[in-house]
Amino acid sequence: MNNIQSVNDFVIKFANVNGTGSASANNMFAKAIFRMGLPVSPKNIFPSNIQGLPTWYEVRVNEKGYIGRRGGIDIMVCLNPQSMARDIQEVEPGGYFIYDNTKALDLRLIRNDITFIGLPLTRICLEEYKDARQRQLFKNVIYVGALAALLSIEFDVLTSLVGDQFKGKEKLIAPNIHALELGFQYAKENFDCPCTISIERRDNIGDKILIDGNTACGLGAVYGGATVAGWYPITPSTSVVEGYEKYCKRLRIDPGTGARNFAIVQAEDELAAIGMVIGACWNGARAFTATSGPGISLMSEFLGLAYFAEIPAVLIDVQRAGPSTGMPTRTQQSDVMACAYASHGDTKHVLLFPSTPKDCFDMTAQAFDLAEQLQTPVIMLSDLDLGMNDNISEPLAWDDNYQYQRGKVLSADELENMSERFGRYLDVDGDGIPYRTYPGTHPTKGAFFTRGTSRDEYAVYTEDGSEYVANMERLLKKWETAKDYVPAPEIITAGSGSKIGLIHFGTSMASTLEAVDHLAEEGVMADSCRVKAFPFSQSIEDFIDDHETVFVIEQNRDAQLRSLLVNDCHFAPHELISILCYDGMPITARFIREQVLAHINNDNVTPLRRKKSKQGVLK
Amino acid sequence: MSYIKPAFRHPDLPVNDLGYTKKNYEGAISTLCAGCGHDSISAAIVQAIFELSIAPHQVAKLSGIGCSSKTPTYFLGDSHGFNSVHGRMPSVATGANMANRDMIYVGVSGDGDTASIGMGQFTHAVRRNVNMMYVVENNGCYGLTKGQDSATSDVGSMSKKGEPNPFEAIDLVSVALQLGATFVARSFSGDKEQLIPLIKAAISHQGFAFIDIISPCVTFNNNPGSTKGYEYVRDHLAATGTVDFVPMKEELTTSYQSGTAEEVTLHDGSVVHLYKGDESLDIHNRRSALKLIKDYKAQDKILTGLLYMDADSQDLHETIGTSNKPLRSLTEQDLCPGNKVLQNINDSLR
Repeated sequence: MNNIQSVNDFVIKFANVNGTGSASANNMFAKAIFRMGLPVSPKNIFPSNIQGLPTWYEVRVNEKGYIGRRGGIDIMVCLNPQSMARDIQEVEPGGYFIYDNTKALDLRLIRNDITFIGLPLTRICLEEYKDARQRQLFKNVIYVGALAALLSIEFDVLTSLVGDQFKGKEKLIAPNIHALELGFQYAKENFDCPCTISIERRDNIGDKILIDGNTACGLGAVYGGATVAGWYPITPSTSVVEGYEKYCKRLRIDPGTGARNFAIVQAEDELAAIGMVIGACWNGARAFTATSGPGISLMSEFLGLAYFAEIPAVLIDVQRAGPSTGMPTRTQQSDVMACAYASHGDTKHVLLFPSTPKDCFDMTAQAFDLAEQLQTPVIMLSDLDLGMNDNISEPLAWDDNYQYQRGKVLSADELENMSERFGRYLDVDGDGIPYRTYPGTHPTKGAFFTRGTSRDEYAVYTEDGSEYVANMERLLKKWETAKDYVPAPEIITAGSGSKIGLIHFGTSMASTLEAVDHLAEEGVMADSCRVKAFPFSQSIEDFIDDHETVFVIEQNRDAQLRSLLVNDCHFAPHELISILCYDGMPITARFIREQVLAHINNDNVTPLRRKKSKQGVLK
Repeated sequence: MSYIKPAFRHPDLPVNDLGYTKKNYEGAISTLCAGCGHDSISAAIVQAIFELSIAPHQVAKLSGIGCSSKTPTYFLGDSHGFNSVHGRMPSVATGANMANRDMIYVGVSGDGDTASIGMGQFTHAVRRNVNMMYVVENNGCYGLTKGQDSATSDVGSMSKKGEPNPFEAIDLVSVALQLGATFVARSFSGDKEQLIPLIKAAISHQGFAFIDIISPCVTFNNNPGSTKGYEYVRDHLAATGTVDFVPMKEELTTSYQSGTAEEVTLHDGSVVHLYKGDESLDIHNRRSALKLIKDYKAQDKILTGLLYMDADSQDLHETIGTSNKPLRSLTEQDLCPGNKVLQNINDSLR
């Protein structure tokens, strides 16, 4: 058998039972590789359940820095008999299958093209520990110890991680290190260590950090000056507000009085959550909520109100696989349309598309500026893959000279000195953005009635069609203005006048850029354009115009970003070729490369509609 | 269309402690039907806030959708108002209150807006004890869509079309009591003497102050057989007693007959006097109020007046420990921890 030979380039997957404490051991494994200076991308593939169902943890190690999902498994560590048959099938030929051999392997499952490594995990735990919970928990730590020997992970790195993890609970450090040693010794004594796949220390991390996108969003909200959060728990967004709360408790409590410079209200549902945000923003605070697809559906009516009445609001949508409850613990980019046009009537909302945790931090902070400058909801579209998985990221940074951009708000003095009548919806500056006032600013000037009904420029109710149309036109003017405020796309050119363009957004970035490299190796040069926001800036239209073949890469079925491009720009649907992956797993570079090649090799002679492929569908 | 009222007023109009006349508390001319109970409630709100000497711009008016929810346009023209989404005013008011705890929040809703589409939000605003006055202008029907029965319409109450309502009514006062509301009252739009002091007390109460105000719909639910019409309500009214509200700054000059009067001192030092009409009411006891409501209902009487209050209740800000300084007044210096702290956070993530 030809074993896979690899240093610092492989995918390992852990198959566990959820609720058994495997997550922290698997995290420790990933972090150890990170601390050995190697780019690593762990992905937690978990069920919508608390205890007893299969759960996986997939880790890609790649010293070149490709951190998108690769596809294919080189090493499977399986502790779950429920999923074992399927897990064995998933291993690439020449790979390894590591399992608990306390109970003999079912001979029917054996494959001759992979290597089986048995570790007597249950037996070791039965001998070492009396307590049932300890037997369960240490099993996970023992296999990490064995992997340290099999893959040559520096043992010191693991012991220092144990020290970090149990800071304040020092009693637990020694038993955990002992468990690591048990696994390490067993592997050393029984197998050739390292195996044909191994890890060598590099210095390829620099000053990067390992953080999940949701925590970065929460921290971005702290730095962006959010004081009010109204929210309703929903996977995969819950940890956004939990992250915000964690850092608020550390950074926003008055040391003298203990008073909190923030208010978090867990709402009764998503309607109330966005209602609170709108109420707080209307009253001059920076407020936000976080939700996922089902929450967007529920918030739609309120989003229409905020759009029409021109109230800032920040909403972080951590997308999951829909429709309906869908696959609540799998990733997708399928709320693009629902968010862009949320609510009845003619509405359009500003969207932001983060690709990395640093984007999550920066864009969350920026979303508050945009929402207040444009006086409209701003929706940031993250997803489960970015939000809930630890991602390697550039370090977070804040410019201490930066001032919050609070938009056009009239102060008491400005109102006092105003000779003309204040018009809440009057386009004074010609950019479609009117001036607003906070409640309680001035005793006699600046009060107005906020409503979702039609009104004139002075916020007085009207059913006059021409007044209504003038207002709707002004909102469109504001939409044009917004194009200059939102982040511009990131365009990377191959430098040779390439005729192929790849448009991507959000978490398709890493796999797209990796695919561009792989395509280049095969002589196919492609430029890429990362869309960072809606409304689209002119440079996105120019990018499409400048390329003969343009692919739009998305993680949804219906090509939602392409629909927006067709709708908002001047393109016909056939000018944009969709590459769509929506099986709930992050899109891979392999898939993108395959789809691009399939299209250009066929050169459109036969239309490639709904051609089945391993992952996703080419339309 | 809203109208602007003529600015002319009698030069000798009385002024309050702030030097404002009642004119400063008025809003646009009402576009509701002539004789609508809601207009009397707007007038009572104007009178109460004028007498309390609260500057109009210190009040935020919030409402949902429906005839009742239109009324904030018709009072306090110098206050900011927010006519939000049907049944969702409580969440908007909660958010507004979180942003600035120093303002006074007046929520106006109707029986459709609260007891049907907004029942969920209403109950949760109650249990959070959001510091606001929440008024339901209760006419037992959907006026703006021409008179359909609402959830507070009594079983058997006759609609204008002559059809009896087949469903049990939701009694919002009992619901509020059971959910832990910290100030609960019922009143009648036609009883200004009772309503004005109740509104004053509700506004001065720290916490969620609920007043269910029966407010007949003259156009769609004032017919014979309706239990929410003027005639029926007047004939079946009973009161827990009369209420007087004495602001903190005023000295007490009247002496009260012991045993019949009860004093409740509010957090700001204001005093509510209840001259009990029914000796069996203990306004500090929810069960007493609930029992009394049932007893009167059994006698076909509508019990009005102050039913329950907890003057020492803890509002949402106190429960979650927010700063005394309004959150919206905090600046970058208060809110942004700066780059040095962020670099330490980066270090913890390596």
